[in-house]
Amino acid sequence: MKLPLSWLREYAPVEVSVEPSEVAERLTAAGLEVESVEPAGHDISGVVTAEVLLVEELTEFKKPIRYCRVATGEGHGPGGEGDFGVICGATNFAAGDRVPFAKPGAVLPGGFEIGERKTYGRVSEGMICAGDELGIGDDHSGILVLPPDTPLGADFVGYAGLRDEVFDIAVTPDRGDCVSVRGVARELAIAFGVTFTDPADAGLPAHAGLGADLGWVSGDIRPAGIADPTACDRFVLREVRGFHPGARTPLSMRVRLARSGVRTISLAVDVTNYLMLELGQPLHAFDGTKISGPIVVRRAEPGERLETLDHVVRDLDPDDIVIADDSGPISLAGTMGGLATEIDGNSADLLIEAAHFSPSGTARMSRRHRLHSEASYRFERGVDRELPLRASAKAVALLASLGGGTIIPGCTHAHVDVPPVTIGMAADYPDLVAGVVYGLDTVIHRLRQVGCATEHDRAQQTLAVTPPSWRSDLTDPADLAEEVIRLEGYENIPVRRPRAFAGHGLTPRQRLRRAIGRGLAGAGYVEVLSMPFVSTADADALQLPPEDPRRDMLALANPLSDGEPLLQTTLLPGLFRVLNRNIGRGFADAALFEMSLVFLPRLGGRAVPPALPVDRAPTFEELAALEAALPDQPLHLGAVLSGDRESAGWWGAGRSESWADAVEAAREIGRICRVAVDVRADRQAPWHPGRCAALFVQGRDGSQESGWHAGYAGELHPRVIQAFGLPPRTSAVELDLSAFLAAAENSGPVQAPVPSPYPPATQDVALIVDAGIPAAEVRAALRDGAAATSADGIVLEDIRLFDVYTGAQVGEGRKSLAYTLRFRALDRTLTAAEATAARDAAVAEAEQRVGATLRGG
Amino acid sequence: MSGPNTNYDPVEVTPLSPDEVARMRDEALAAIASARTLEELKEARIAHFGDKAPLTLANAEIGALPPQARAEAGKRVGAARAEVKRALAERTAELEAERDRQVLLTEAVDVTLPWDRMPPGARHPVTMAADRLTDVFVAMGYEVAEGPEAEAEWYNFDALNFPPDHPAREAQDTLFVAAPGDAGPGGKSSAHSGVILRTHTSPVQIRAMLSRPLPLFVVSPGRCYRADALDATHSPVFHQIEGLAVDEGLTMADLRGAIQSFVDAMFGEGLRTRFRPDFFPFTEPSADVSMECHICRGASARPGGEPCRVCRSQGWIEIAGCGMVNPRVLIACGIDPDRYSGFAFGLGIERTLMIGHGVTDIRDTTEGDVRFSRAFGTEI
Repeated sequence: MKLPLSWLREYAPVEVSVEPSEVAERLTAAGLEVESVEPAGHDISGVVTAEVLLVEELTEFKKPIRYCRVATGEGHGPGGEGDFGVICGATNFAAGDRVPFAKPGAVLPGGFEIGERKTYGRVSEGMICAGDELGIGDDHSGILVLPPDTPLGADFVGYAGLRDEVFDIAVTPDRGDCVSVRGVARELAIAFGVTFTDPADAGLPAHAGLGADLGWVSGDIRPAGIADPTACDRFVLREVRGFHPGARTPLSMRVRLARSGVRTISLAVDVTNYLMLELGQPLHAFDGTKISGPIVVRRAEPGERLETLDHVVRDLDPDDIVIADDSGPISLAGTMGGLATEIDGNSADLLIEAAHFSPSGTARMSRRHRLHSEASYRFERGVDRELPLRASAKAVALLASLGGGTIIPGCTHAHVDVPPVTIGMAADYPDLVAGVVYGLDTVIHRLRQVGCATEHDRAQQTLAVTPPSWRSDLTDPADLAEEVIRLEGYENIPVRRPRAFAGHGLTPRQRLRRAIGRGLAGAGYVEVLSMPFVSTADADALQLPPEDPRRDMLALANPLSDGEPLLQTTLLPGLFRVLNRNIGRGFADAALFEMSLVFLPRLGGRAVPPALPVDRAPTFEELAALEAALPDQPLHLGAVLSGDRESAGWWGAGRSESWADAVEAAREIGRICRVAVDVRADRQAPWHPGRCAALFVQGRDGSQESGWHAGYAGELHPRVIQAFGLPPRTSAVELDLSAFLAAAENSGPVQAPVPSPYPPATQDVALIVDAGIPAAEVRAALRDGAAATSADGIVLEDIRLFDVYTGAQVGEGRKSLAYTLRFRALDRTLTAAEATAARDAAVAEAEQRVGATLRGG
Repeated sequence: MSGPNTNYDPVEVTPLSPDEVARMRDEALAAIASARTLEELKEARIAHFGDKAPLTLANAEIGALPPQARAEAGKRVGAARAEVKRALAERTAELEAERDRQVLLTEAVDVTLPWDRMPPGARHPVTMAADRLTDVFVAMGYEVAEGPEAEAEWYNFDALNFPPDHPAREAQDTLFVAAPGDAGPGGKSSAHSGVILRTHTSPVQIRAMLSRPLPLFVVSPGRCYRADALDATHSPVFHQIEGLAVDEGLTMADLRGAIQSFVDAMFGEGLRTRFRPDFFPFTEPSADVSMECHICRGASARPGGEPCRVCRSQGWIEIAGCGMVNPRVLIACGIDPDRYSGFAFGLGIERTLMIGHGVTDIRDTTEGDVRFSRAFGTEI
């Protein structure tokens, strides 16, 4: 919110010697964050008030051009001293008008220097100024014509009060009272210890014809009623008749409106805007002749419509609060008026509305209609419910005095009694919150400063606090404590260093997650964080079959992009996009990984979470119902590889990534988690059906060891590669990391091995098996076969596959797998015979289990 | 070997004369010294120290001398042979060293050749910054609490004292999960599902208070979402870390202490922190926290100071929002506000990267450019 400092000073007379930056600093320290202080009018010089002596229309040009003579002093005739000839393109003025005139050498905002120049065949000695040229709003519709009694030759900047500082203040949503000069000036007065004058009380002329007192209700004013007390608890109408629609808004008001970022429209609208800025009370001016019958504040009825001032015809919701007359709704209460009852260039009878509408009602309404106005902004945040009588009185008084109308004495005043709220508080509560001893007197002083009424019981050390009508945000002792603490200064709260609390550190899962990140980074993978938003097209591109559960995705009601409205069930599309971005930037050899949640709708339908109270803790059952309505969100790990895994260089050729790297990434994670990863051939989109590994980790379900399915790895399906525009042979892995972490947690601490000091005995075997037999099965058979000999203390320490051969020598449909088996005994050096026997046992098992034959045997 | 010679002829034993022994020795030493290679030295050894070498033969002649001459001759020849042997050993060592030096010289390589066979990996700076921030609080005794990203509105708003329809709620620019049955592809829905993408990590506070015993000190890093347009300083997907302490007798002085200790650990000792009143529904009183700029230490804001890019010459950098847990929040979690009080604080993780590591465009944290992560390596 922008406000000029001069306006604030009118009600909080801070010394002129105080620097604007100091004012900003103190307001910010009090909780009104001043985002910027912009000087205005300081860069204007050489502009004076002048009178237009004569106007000569130059007709030889395509657009209207005037040559004028202006005088900057009384009694100067043409050609005399202080007389200037000026070319002007505006036509809204006449000889005899007084205008702001920039003499040659004058400087206008932005450093524009005005000189003498030849144009349109004449010498133009300066410029007659429009409002925007002087930094008064954006009005460029014509010259700024000044009142006839404007003195001539006066420095315009001083005359119009242009020199000012504009404060831009970020008001927090709880401080509705501070969306006004009134509220900010009150804080400013407290901050500097000066006397605050409440603008709501100031400047109300006693003899303005308002009636005996502000609340005097008159039958001469159009009647009004409140049909729904939850929508509105106060509604005031006043009338001005015989108003001159063409009356001009005074310069001082125009300047303040402009400084506050509000456009000048017409006197009637300007006055309501001006008072809204000053007091915080939104006001609406109806054309009284366009209203029929009594007015009522009510909820909209089904099927009702209203065309608002912005020329939008709106279908009304039964929750909408409307102001209606006999014809139906004429205004969206506290949000925007209706077009049909708008004041226009002929409106002479003005009906001024000032009301107090429900904050949540206006909030819902403006959100529903996506209609955010200055009025709704204030009502949502809370407007002083004691303002309508006074603000409307100021409005009609100003309108009558500036616009020449007659005030109809009295008002219409419909209202609902709202009992004041009193908050009980222990007198030392602010002390306990802050960790500072303020004492009762300070607490009372501060609360009264912000307008609270307080009663205290010194014996009981309790306070009964009644907040002022403009502070609807003060509802709890904590709110009152904040008032005391902030005004006493946050900077005066001591810093009490924490004493260490006996925490348990990271959980094993949290530690492992970090270890996995470091491990993969060490293996050459770069971590990325992509966005979890996907589309059905991604599921199609992944070649997911119709029944694939990954197609069951949650949608966002208001997605960031219509192209990606769904929440990911797999990390791969996001990784593919990041991969392509890197390839596009010249990094085709990429290994990327991401650890992120996926969003899996719960089976058995999607429940809506129950509405739970906040005045007590939910029950166990209520929390369970809440949890059941949330999607399952396991932590996944995805990785994708393209190009060379090892680069070519002076050492020789590079090595392309392959399906094997993807599977190895899963094994690496298994090693980090210290869980065995079981690799089995499988077929699963989006992987190549012949190059896809299903991954299992060993876990314990209850007391039973079992393999948990934990993901897939391999080369991507060529159609997937094509659909995503990836490089040929791109590989990927996606793991349910939750399964790895659970398996790790299940597996208990590592049991230390006993390394035998005796030398190993190695035995090489080449086994011929059917080409379809997975190497993992052959290996398992060798391992199990050798284990049979462990009774002799012989351990098969390592099985290393050093060659895979297919070809004529082993026959069609068969392959040879060559292994080095490393045996060792714990307690002795193995003899060749022992090693051979152990090998034979291993081979025998392989023969028996997978039909292996010893090559050359 | 000849037997003892009792009738010797001095002429026949000329080789044993002092001059002759000296000559043989000098010849041997000269040959050894002039050997340039181990092969030449081997020849010299054979010629001058081998079985057929003059000194060897002379040694054999000693037995032929009369007993009275043997001792002197033996001494003479023995000394000469010892000298030759020592020369041989020395020269051997010299030549071996020379040979080894030559071999190592020829084996020299260019050790500046690159060996970048595997492109380096890296963790994401946001992950590492989250870990680092977490560790600062873990060291203070906090534990790490976690929660889901698709979250119930009750956790994200209601329990945190966001009144229904209040502008504070709207300011969060929430991404809503579509209501059941309303989830068509691209289909927009106005119906409330009650499930949203969490707009902050604060719902984890509620989960922690509902599930953990008191006193409670937790920190929760995590990903959050807002319906913001992506630009240089805003991302709809971003990360926060939030701390929560609930115990008897906690005050704003404790909150200031926790924040100050955090700044000391993260940015170094001696930087002041400043609280300014602010508003969050879930804390009362609330504050935003700034710390003195760790780069210019406030100098840029003083008259004549050099401009500072990091604090934009303000001298202070906003780092966190915080406050005392609103008693209404404690009540919603079943905690007696008359007995317990708490404080909470939250920081943007991307923002700490911007402050501490010169990240100027938040989009760099979401695009996944490998150069960005690689620059940070594996520990921040």
